[in-house]
Amino acid sequence: MAEWNKRKLQREARLAAGAKFARGKLVDQAAATALLEAVIRPGDRICLEGDNQKQADFLAACLANASPQTLHDLHVVQSGIVLPEHIDLFEKGIAKRLDYSYSGPQSYALSRVLKSGKIELGAIHTYIELFGRYFVDLTPHVALTVARSADREGNLYMGPNTEDSPVAVEATAFKDGVVIAQVNEVVEKLPRVDVPGDRVDFVVIAPKPFYVEPLFTRDPAKITETQILAAMMAIKGIYAEYGIKRLNHGIGFNTAAIELLLPTYADRLGLKGKIATHWALNPHPTLIPAIESGWVEQIHSFGSEVGMDAYMRARSDIYFTGRDGSMSSNRMYCQVAGLYATDLFIGSTLQIDLNGNSSTVTEDRIAGFGGAPNMGSDAHGRRHPSEPWLKAGREAVDGDQGLKRGRKLIVQIVESFSEKTVPVFVEKLDSLDLTKKFKLELAPVMIYGDDVTHIVSEEGIANLLLCRSAEEREQAIRGIAGFTDVGRARDRKMVEKLRERKVIRWPEDLGINPLNAQRSMLAARSIEDLMHWSGNLYEPPSKFRNW
Amino acid sequence: METLSYRHTAARRAAGSKAMAIVGVVTSGNLEVMVERCLPDLECQVDIATSAEGFGDLWGAVVADLVERHSPGGLKFSINDGGARPDTVSLRLAQAARLIEEDSL
Repeated sequence: MAEWNKRKLQREARLAAGAKFARGKLVDQAAATALLEAVIRPGDRICLEGDNQKQADFLAACLANASPQTLHDLHVVQSGIVLPEHIDLFEKGIAKRLDYSYSGPQSYALSRVLKSGKIELGAIHTYIELFGRYFVDLTPHVALTVARSADREGNLYMGPNTEDSPVAVEATAFKDGVVIAQVNEVVEKLPRVDVPGDRVDFVVIAPKPFYVEPLFTRDPAKITETQILAAMMAIKGIYAEYGIKRLNHGIGFNTAAIELLLPTYADRLGLKGKIATHWALNPHPTLIPAIESGWVEQIHSFGSEVGMDAYMRARSDIYFTGRDGSMSSNRMYCQVAGLYATDLFIGSTLQIDLNGNSSTVTEDRIAGFGGAPNMGSDAHGRRHPSEPWLKAGREAVDGDQGLKRGRKLIVQIVESFSEKTVPVFVEKLDSLDLTKKFKLELAPVMIYGDDVTHIVSEEGIANLLLCRSAEEREQAIRGIAGFTDVGRARDRKMVEKLRERKVIRWPEDLGINPLNAQRSMLAARSIEDLMHWSGNLYEPPSKFRNW
Repeated sequence: METLSYRHTAARRAAGSKAMAIVGVVTSGNLEVMVERCLPDLECQVDIATSAEGFGDLWGAVVADLVERHSPGGLKFSINDGGARPDTVSLRLAQAARLIEEDSL
């Protein structure tokens, strides 16, 4: 007789083992490690949130305290490896295998443990790719999630940092997995329900509020004039040229500069209402002046940002908010929005090779991808036209297009050298050495060259759509690579020809006066300025307060 | 501290009549450039005082690019470099060359 509900029976056994530590769904802090040891089984796939911002930090510490005799060989399937405890799991032998997306703060530790052989790496994913696998072959047996508050039924309120929780909980709960939530408090009535209680099995009140990483705050005081020059070129040479209204910005000082030039430089160019109106974007504080100046129609966000809660609540015409008034984010939805519903992605990177491939991998550091490879890719499933998308499609083909196809604009914006005069333009990506060193099957490439349409540096814009051969592409990149070795090895004659065809455009070709590349051009020049722009609704995290 | 000096022949005299201009600030990672109109029409000189030694080759390339793109005939540039990267230096030089020509625009 075939059994068709083994997982259901397993789930019941897990719940029964966990019930010993619970009153209803509530589990005492002191019993949290014992609960995890009872509910999780060796070899389980677990998702321990682990987003790029909010962290189930108490549950992470509890799991790292579990006995490796009881819990071992776990397969961690979560988007962010962010906390030291995430690494501890592997060093202690509690977890063995890893599939993830992003590891910013732990990128050095991760490569160290990988080298020691204590991590079996499955793959480094982009967010929605990993979420997709939650529903196909990496479904968690147990999800450890995190919320601001719960009620006695186990309904969860995440507030602005909803992030990955709905998708991780859905995949786990509907495949007979167990969902455990860490919350700051249990209340009688929640402001709104982000995850329904019948998907949540156990709730633990953490000793202190969960940790949130302020990831999307860039201090305008640190924006340089070369970044301002590149931002002016992006606005005039790309945003205005294609009429980009729907877009996503990656995080970085280059994109922060663009945001802060909208109410000043772009306004002077008469572009208000014509560009940058609809966004898939994290709540960047540097967009506040543009919002306050009436540039922005609406913004949907992947996650939230520390200090932006009150501002977003007060700007519900702009942000997506719940009936309770607070902003609502969702990484899965926003990544889909960024992939299919925007006409432009612009972001920075650490290395670009002669084909336009870009990577953030450098020696001894595996940072992962997050959402960039998804935002930074042409969506071949897209079927709705828009003028920027069609124009980019036309540029990629000479003469009759035959079957019309559009292109999403994928822009990499960099300074030719990064800190310590390390060149961004390189002949060969460090990623290739790392691939060999760690015996990876796939070189970690953040954005493939064939998806990149433009590269902007302080020297100029290279329009790769207009290149007709690998040689032209290489010279277009060299022609804006500044004084890096790659830039200095350019074929000057060919670069001149590419300038004539507008494949390469320097500031003077765009009518940009370098004297305007000044910090006085930024709508806000400090975090304090941003606070003033927001009518004091923005509450900067303490590490950004220097007054 | 290293001092470097480059002399070039420019294609033409820099426009304008302003005698002197200064751009930038001397702070870490930045630089100050003073430009004076004090040389014969087709001559150009760039003097650099830099804290980072061993970048003479790179400076040479930055200066050659300045001469090619901006043809700063008659101008003498004095650079006080706070360890700035070549991209910053190049922008400052472009700003200086532009600023001393401004009265003619």
